[in-house]
Amino acid sequence: MLREGEIRIPSGCAIAAVISKAGERMTGEKIIDAMRPMRDRSNGLGGGFAGYGIYPEYKDLYALHMFFDCRDTRKACEAFLKERFEVVKGELIPTRKIPEITDEPIIWRYFVRPLRSCLEDRQLDEKEFVVRTVMKINTGMNGAYVFSSGKNMGTFKAVGFPEDVGRFYRLDEYEGYSWTAHGRYPTNTPGWWGGAHPFTLLDYSVVHNGEISSYDANRRYIEMFGYKCTLKTDTEVITYILDYLLRRQGLTLEEAANVIAAPFWSTIAANPDPVIRNRLRYLRTVFPGLLITGPFSIVLGFDGGLMALNDRLKLRSMVVGEKGERVYIASEEAAIRAMEPDAEHIWAPSGGEPVVIQVKEGSF
Amino acid sequence: MIDAGGMGFCEINDAVRAAGSVAAVKNCLGQRFICAGMSGVDVTIEGVPGNALGAYLNGATVTVSGNAQDAVGDTMNDGRITVFGSIGDAAGYAMRGGSIYVRDNAGYRAGIHMKEYKDKVPVIVIGGCAGSFLGEYQAGGVIVVLGLNSDGRRIVGNFPCTGMHGGKMILRSECGDIRFPNQVTARAASSEDLAEIRKYVDEYCRLFGIDPVELMDSPFTVVTPDSANPYKQLYVAN
Repeated sequence: MLREGEIRIPSGCAIAAVISKAGERMTGEKIIDAMRPMRDRSNGLGGGFAGYGIYPEYKDLYALHMFFDCRDTRKACEAFLKERFEVVKGELIPTRKIPEITDEPIIWRYFVRPLRSCLEDRQLDEKEFVVRTVMKINTGMNGAYVFSSGKNMGTFKAVGFPEDVGRFYRLDEYEGYSWTAHGRYPTNTPGWWGGAHPFTLLDYSVVHNGEISSYDANRRYIEMFGYKCTLKTDTEVITYILDYLLRRQGLTLEEAANVIAAPFWSTIAANPDPVIRNRLRYLRTVFPGLLITGPFSIVLGFDGGLMALNDRLKLRSMVVGEKGERVYIASEEAAIRAMEPDAEHIWAPSGGEPVVIQVKEGSF
Repeated sequence: MIDAGGMGFCEINDAVRAAGSVAAVKNCLGQRFICAGMSGVDVTIEGVPGNALGAYLNGATVTVSGNAQDAVGDTMNDGRITVFGSIGDAAGYAMRGGSIYVRDNAGYRAGIHMKEYKDKVPVIVIGGCAGSFLGEYQAGGVIVVLGLNSDGRRIVGNFPCTGMHGGKMILRSECGDIRFPNQVTARAASSEDLAEIRKYVDEYCRLFGIDPVELMDSPFTVVTPDSANPYKQLYVAN
């Protein structure tokens, strides 16, 4: 069988997310519940979750979640990691044997700190060093794949239906202030563990429902900056674009949203506010290669918050609801009601309108 | 009373068919295709029905006590869907008959590809605001948006009536802030129009318990295709 990244089959999906603005920690059970009523949106070829605030005891260390094809690959990769990082802890990610999830790779996590000498030698900051290491492993080390690399957060993904994937990874045993989830219906690639969502780089994670038509234009542009798209899936490129715009270019979340889901020129021209008009024009002009066209609804997870965004034509559905300090996002209202039956202020953001929710400073 | 909790859509629809002329469904949570293709039954639904509620509906009456999701009344042929809340995107897609009444707002692309033939004239009435691309490629039927509780939002989003070539759209607003394509005509409602509008407003008010007199006391805009400026040479000149 051709692996993910070696074949493209010309997606429907389900996404959901929850965040506590108060920084209150929740187990992964509710987010699993959210995926149940949306089962028809996936086909069992991929499910995944990202939890934020789940590793408070290691919050200053990068948590690398990895798939390996065999023990030798793991040993070789560990030797490589030790040349670059202080490995504070390395362990199997605990899983539950269930009949719905089979053929799992070897799944480990490492809590690591980049070696100072390596950073100084390469004149890189910590984050860039981690990104380059992840790219190096994912493109150069056959059989090893880093699928999560942020601090105090982690991604858990597999081939299967999301509710089964959540049980498999024992998400009931983790507590986070925010969670995102994805059920996959792959239409471009055969469905491999690494190709399930969320896609992650550092603390940025993306879950995506859609099928972007600008994939190759975006890929060519982003690969100029050292990102390597290895899996031919559109979500991977969205993740790298957001890392590039937010971390490297220092754009705000709203600005990044205005780049990737830029309004039409006619809509910009009709905006009555000259400051906004100029800003939108500027962003479209400077980053034309990062405009994402075609249908998408995404939830971006990051340290301390979430951002939900639809493509500018709103070719995919997404609703937002609230209850108390918690905010819920999902492809369908039913998923929100599954998490919180009494959710209030259910509304659907417009195409290209970012919804940013941040945890109160200092509360996690 | 059919308890939809834990049921799949086939089971729910089978139970509704078995119920006879009246059925009530509670604890709905995202099951798709409820009442698809049905006729001769009056169904009330509690909870959140899933996508494609009443798709291909063929004469049945469906009432939802809260919100409904995407693709309400997809390709419906006859009957009535009433929603005591808001609806998602693409409601009434390719609708060819019957009516949909929504108390609150509609998402994107309501009434896309609606059509009509002789006495089959579908109607969508939206009490609140509508998202972008309202009546995209509209070929027939009537879409009414009342703009209630708009909180300063425009009554309809961007690009309404794109590709419209038939039917009628009625917006309870002067529409000074709305941009229409060149191929349609937007005009203030005439007294003849108002008589027609009153029919839809009365029905909306009867369903949701609102005073029609107050509602009618407002400017209305009527949008129809401009036959003097048809779509031509959209792509290349042959």
